[in-house]
Amino acid sequence: MPDLPLAALRPPLAADPLALVGGRVHEAQGRGRRAFALFQALRHPGQVVWILPDHAPQMLLPAGLPEGLPARLLLLRPRGEVDLLWSLEETLRAAPVALVIAEPEKPLSLTAGRRLQLAAEAGRTTGLVLIRDGQGSHAAETRWLCDARAGEAADSTLHDWSLIKNKKGTLGHWVVNWNGTSAAVHMVSATGQRDQFAGTPG
Amino acid sequence: MRGRPVDGPFALVLRAGNADHLHCLNPLAEAQGLHRGMALADARAICPGLETRPADLARESAALAALRRWCVRYAPMVANDGADGLIADITGVAHLFGGEEELRADLQARLARSGISGTSAIAGSRGAAHALARHGGGVIAEGMLAEGLGPLPITALRVDPDTAAGLARLGLTRIRDLLPLPRAPLAKRFGPGLILRLDQALGGQAEPVAAAPDVPHFGVRMTLPEPIGLQSDVMAGLARLLDRLCATLAQHHRGARRVRLELRRVDRGSAQVEIGLARPMRDPARIAALFQKGVEEIDAGFGIDVLRLSAPITEPLAPEQIGGGTVLQHDDALSDLISRLGNRIGFDRVLRLLPAESKIPERSFLLAPAAYSAAEKVFPQGGPPRPILLFPPEPVTTTEGRPGRPPVHLVWRRMRLSTLRATGPERIAPEWWFDDPAWRTGLRDYWRIETREGPRLWLFHTPQDSNWFVQGEFA
Repeated sequence: MPDLPLAALRPPLAADPLALVGGRVHEAQGRGRRAFALFQALRHPGQVVWILPDHAPQMLLPAGLPEGLPARLLLLRPRGEVDLLWSLEETLRAAPVALVIAEPEKPLSLTAGRRLQLAAEAGRTTGLVLIRDGQGSHAAETRWLCDARAGEAADSTLHDWSLIKNKKGTLGHWVVNWNGTSAAVHMVSATGQRDQFAGTPG
Repeated sequence: MRGRPVDGPFALVLRAGNADHLHCLNPLAEAQGLHRGMALADARAICPGLETRPADLARESAALAALRRWCVRYAPMVANDGADGLIADITGVAHLFGGEEELRADLQARLARSGISGTSAIAGSRGAAHALARHGGGVIAEGMLAEGLGPLPITALRVDPDTAAGLARLGLTRIRDLLPLPRAPLAKRFGPGLILRLDQALGGQAEPVAAAPDVPHFGVRMTLPEPIGLQSDVMAGLARLLDRLCATLAQHHRGARRVRLELRRVDRGSAQVEIGLARPMRDPARIAALFQKGVEEIDAGFGIDVLRLSAPITEPLAPEQIGGGTVLQHDDALSDLISRLGNRIGFDRVLRLLPAESKIPERSFLLAPAAYSAAEKVFPQGGPPRPILLFPPEPVTTTEGRPGRPPVHLVWRRMRLSTLRATGPERIAPEWWFDDPAWRTGLRDYWRIETREGPRLWLFHTPQDSNWFVQGEFA
């Protein structure tokens, strides 16, 4: 099998539902997508590259980022969409990078998505593209819908993370309590998805 | 002068203190009775037709340095001698030109042909050559130092003007007047400097020509017998040049930070490709890879016949272990990536986050170009929680709340939100020593607001003003 080495890279999905398959490009949408990206950055030890457009008003605040992440973060601010996609592809192809996070502004075409997948496979780098709703590419390995969720307890920071597209597995929906600082995460209700899919019997 | 010839008296003028003085003048001006160091007003009175230009000392010394490089054709050791002279150690060289007289004639002829008026002298000691060159020039034969120097004035000995004036008062104006005098009273009266200069001129005291080492030049060129036009040919030529350039760099323990390739076309046009490197480097293969894209875009026209490769910016780079461990390979690969990215999108757009000493959220970090900064391991942690995302303050429309308390309902980015929990306030005062337009409204009270709809926002308001703004979003 030609993709055997890559398959060996992939972590078993059942053990950790929130892990991203290595060497592929994933997508995240929804208002909480940047929190999801940070959570994934914590789970990828090594160099993290964050690509955002030159004129984007928002900026990551290092004081609010998880400890140790600012030191291994490289920020790219290319000037246009073409440069952004080029630097995304170039970084995906580079071996020393663990995770690439990009925030393109325009919808990704199938060609672009496919090229990104090939680059990620060549560099064995994981990519995470933060898209606006409905601007994804069909070539994405998985797509996540992320939102923050209000919690009842005073110290809970709940997130709604649902897997709405998965090329090699099943979909799912998780409510997790992640406080934004550690790689550990507390699953609030792993079985919560049942009442959405199963319906009432009888 | 060569570019704009003047037929008439001409002088360069240098402003010293409050008055202009003649710095340099042409033979016609000298014939009118002008001399160096004369005040410009006096010179104008003597010679009303004098044309002048301001002197440019920096370019003058650059020209002298160029002349010094050229003079290496006569001797291996050439050094600057004052601001207007060169001294060369021609020991064992003269016979290559057929003798000292012939050497001097050759030098004078070449200088005259290039429009430089200079005077040269050859003598057995450095002091004697210096003295003679400034007083007519010529050759003093072996063993004839005392006779050759005798008729020269004492000022030629490089003694200070006070000493020369004191000797003149005693009636001693020529060097030959000094020679028969007893040395001890002379030294007692005028200090050891005079005796030292006299000994140096007569060869009694050694005075080597201390030529400063040349600043290494990191540039190589290649001239081709036939013009080339193919990309692969240019890359092959580049590879050869890079090998030579990197060898020079390695010899001087330096690495290139920018490398420039200039290509001259047959029709005298030229093209240039310049690349930057994320860190000092002298690895030909890795530098060549970065040139690939620039060379692709070059218009070769009718062909390229000269390639010139230079490293305008270099930094020290100590020799290091070849191969290295995995950490080293990882660093190399990462700096290669930064070079590739920087050459396309600009090195100022490949950034690294660095901590900064400020409580103001916008200024609590720096964005530094990754190619020119090292990663900072320690970021100040602790203190009140901070949002992950920061944006310029966005006003929210609020319903009436209690003054000083966060709003119960707010509309932000056309979303209706209602407050579930509010934590705060955290008061941040502007830095009075730094005038920031965004902070002119005064101090701010920051609140962390958890909304029922999900988003966790960082709101602030100024106590003087009841408007609320969102500035960040928590995870």
